[in-house]
Amino acid sequence: MSSHVYNQPFADSMVVACPHCDLLQRLPELAPGASARCPRCNKELWRHREDSLNRTLALTLGAAVLYVVANSVPMLGLTIVGRQASTTVIGGAEHLWNEGSQAVAALVLLTAVIAPALQIGFMLAIVLGALRERPPKWVGTLLRHHPTTRTWSMIEVMMLGVLVALIKIADYATVVPGIALFVLWALVFLLAGMQTSFDSREVWERIQWAQAGARPGSAGDRVTEETS
Amino acid sequence: MSPAAPTAMRQGLHSCETCGLLSRPAPGEAEGRCPRCDEELVFRKPASFQRTWAFLIAAAVCYIPANILPVLTTTTAAGAESDTILQGVVLLWSPTGWPLSLIVLFASIMIPSAKILALAYLLITAQRGSITNNEQRIRLYRMVDFIGRWSMVDVFVDTFTAALIQLQPLMSVEPGPGLFFFAAVVVLTMLAAESFDPRLIWDAMSLQEVRHA
Repeated sequence: MSSHVYNQPFADSMVVACPHCDLLQRLPELAPGASARCPRCNKELWRHREDSLNRTLALTLGAAVLYVVANSVPMLGLTIVGRQASTTVIGGAEHLWNEGSQAVAALVLLTAVIAPALQIGFMLAIVLGALRERPPKWVGTLLRHHPTTRTWSMIEVMMLGVLVALIKIADYATVVPGIALFVLWALVFLLAGMQTSFDSREVWERIQWAQAGARPGSAGDRVTEETS
Repeated sequence: MSPAAPTAMRQGLHSCETCGLLSRPAPGEAEGRCPRCDEELVFRKPASFQRTWAFLIAAAVCYIPANILPVLTTTTAAGAESDTILQGVVLLWSPTGWPLSLIVLFASIMIPSAKILALAYLLITAQRGSITNNEQRIRLYRMVDFIGRWSMVDVFVDTFTAALIQLQPLMSVEPGPGLFFFAAVVVLTMLAAESFDPRLIWDAMSLQEVRHA
């Protein structure tokens, strides 16, 4: 049942419920780099990242460049008795599609190409929006869907799969690693760095609220107050 | 004051799953939206038990053809040969290739079955209102959630093996029908883990146990 009535925010924005066990607790003020865990179930509730937005922006831009390169050059090639073959990430999915495994091809395309693109693109937009004095509402919309793109983005899993395939194929043919193979490995690390440097709580604290006017003048304002 | 652990639900507070904001339904309202991020608020994921069971049972059903049907068919001048996942593991086993063989064995056979069993255990204990081993159960849930994606390894192995080995008439590799069911197991178990609400593990305890935080 959908409802359009807004809840009333709890007065103290540092009081949260643990997402894994629902225990109510007050987050401590954290120094950059420090983290707070739930005393009951040990879930990490918040890690205050240092210089989060700038670092995330740098890593996201790097990831975007690597992503484009990784998808435009061959990833794996092989030579066997004078014959050559090579494939890109998309080429792998395309081959499956043509062989009649459309569902699996779509899944490979989603997890290796589409979800990573959304993960990087959303993050770029989120960080650019969040760098403004008052992040607009659409930043929240993207932030809301970002965890889903992250769940289905599986470049690191693909790289393990490629490694196994490579060794399997090496029994029959000479494997020629393509440029994309090295670029993708670098992308795995940049994506991990991008996720760990990002502090979603910091963005939520400063964002423009869905219900206009409900936003309490809270501790979250401290970041922007000094600029005016 | 209630002696039980203070949870958001017991206090009638909604904790937003998306942005983490704590809020209280407007007077006279049972439900509402998050004033910060516009998410529809609920105390627990809707129909979590039913949805998780549904995905889990579907995954268990697909697990059988995933392991019986071939995932790859290799055609050479000598004829065609089909391999199931387990045969693929055996084929990879060699003095140099055994670590990869183990990775595939873990990712493709042990992780999916362990995930199905672990989620079934979490569902049954939570539905029976168990208040013991909560710390272990939440750790098990986090492990299932974290490790699930790695089952996709075999899908990628088969995709790129088939895409590369296209050397007709010498040798060619094509995906088999088992690959579809195997991919379905991975996706369904991931959806099952997503639909399970870990707070259900603690709800029985929150009703009974004295606060110790």
